[in-house]
Amino acid sequence: MELVTPNVGTIFWMIIVFGIVAFVLKKFAWRPILNGLYEREESIESALNAAEKARQEMANLKAGNELLLAEARKEKDAIMRQAMNLKDGIVAEAKEKASFETQKSIENARRQIENEKAKAITEMKQQMTEISLMIAEKVIRKEMAGNKQQQEMVNKLIDEIKLN
Amino acid sequence: MPTIFIRLFLTLVMAVFWLNPVTAQNDGDHQNHSDGNSNSEEGFDAGKFVIEHVLDAYDWHIASYGDKHFSIPLPIILYSNYPELHSGKKLHVFMSSKFHHAHDDYKGFRISHSEEFNGKIIELNEQGHEIGRPTDLSITKVVAGAMVSAIVLFSLLFAAAHTARHNRGRAPSGTQNLVEPIILFIRNEIARPSIGDKNYKKFMPSLLTLFFFILLTNLLGLIPIFPFGANVTGNISVTMVLALFTFFVTNISGNKHYWKEIFNPDVPTWLKLPIPLMPLLEMTGMITKPFVLMVRLFANMLAGHMIVTVFLSLIFIFSSLMGPAAGYGVSPISVAFAVFITLLDVLVSFIQAYVFTLLSAIYFGMASAEHH
Repeated sequence: MELVTPNVGTIFWMIIVFGIVAFVLKKFAWRPILNGLYEREESIESALNAAEKARQEMANLKAGNELLLAEARKEKDAIMRQAMNLKDGIVAEAKEKASFETQKSIENARRQIENEKAKAITEMKQQMTEISLMIAEKVIRKEMAGNKQQQEMVNKLIDEIKLN
Repeated sequence: MPTIFIRLFLTLVMAVFWLNPVTAQNDGDHQNHSDGNSNSEEGFDAGKFVIEHVLDAYDWHIASYGDKHFSIPLPIILYSNYPELHSGKKLHVFMSSKFHHAHDDYKGFRISHSEEFNGKIIELNEQGHEIGRPTDLSITKVVAGAMVSAIVLFSLLFAAAHTARHNRGRAPSGTQNLVEPIILFIRNEIARPSIGDKNYKKFMPSLLTLFFFILLTNLLGLIPIFPFGANVTGNISVTMVLALFTFFVTNISGNKHYWKEIFNPDVPTWLKLPIPLMPLLEMTGMITKPFVLMVRLFANMLAGHMIVTVFLSLIFIFSSLMGPAAGYGVSPISVAFAVFITLLDVLVSFIQAYVFTLLSAIYFGMASAEHH
């Protein structure tokens, strides 16, 4: 029967021992341990949340980057196209201008040639006149005494002769 | 109402557990007597041996060699009911070594060998007759064992608390790593489901203290080397204090709904008036709940200690019945069984600490639950 009979002394000391254990542990062990635990759980939770947020932001940033890249590519294409057009235009203009210049210089040359020709012809005519006159003078000197009437007649005749 | 069924069930369980130690004890007593008669000439009394190993004692016995006993004396604190027999002194404090292993009287006190007070300190009158027990507040082996486990618990948990304080917000290390999984287990598997997310934090220190104290005391009780190995949780006074702790925490934190369920439960009026049948039943439940806790832990731990001792005493029974050779022969089997039972006791230590804490948590949950 002694086994199942509570003993006053043991109960008394157990109340003291267990009371001290419960009180001291609550104050000096469980409080820091549990507080540390809760704090760490919270910090881990918040860190996970922050990581998730950062990941989200990263994804957003990546999408933005891609958008920017596509836009830049489009812009580049547009600029290239524009440049090509410009180049084509410039080349065409240059070609046109060059051909115009050529034409103009050819025209000039022709005109000059024409002028020179005309000048040469006039000169030739003059020389021819002189030569003719000389010939005629020689001829007429031989044939005529006064040459004034003769020279007039010859001039008239030469004028009548049209070259070409 | 499921709670009533639970209470009825627990009451039944309690009844079974309550009866068993008593009958077992009666059996033990019978055996004790018969063994005492039959084995007295062989010199080994198995019943006495087993019972002495699980009972409380005034000194901490370590070993005996022949007639020499080695034991640690423990302080004896007595409050005499008859101060006139001790020259007017009421309080007596001395070491248990003064009794010389219950062979001598000291200052009018004696460790009794009588049927009624066997092993307890009694007062003697002038003629040397036993006249009754003084108020006995001695630091017995069980109390010393509880103090040892309190010291171990303190050193373990203060180390953990120290690192917890220094490791604020960082990864746990050292003893903290040993303690934290258990704390998390108690929180996630015991406190949260039984008490609820809203109230559990308030009860965490109580549950943790109960679990760690019971587990550590159970386990230290299995180590058969001084200063461990005292049968602390297998002592009914100890488990009674632990159960009382649960009882007081439950009833102090009981809310309005809890007390209404006890004094004015939702049952037909004829069950409450004129005879308060249900309130009486509920109040019985209030007491049976910690009672069940007390008996379960006590009986389980006591049984474990007893079985180990029985297996080991088989060696001496055989050697005293059939000679030393039989004792040596049977010792490997005995030791193997004792080791097996000790390992089983390790498991039981965990289970009993878990069950005690779980049931306490359920009672705390009942006391703090809101009306549903």
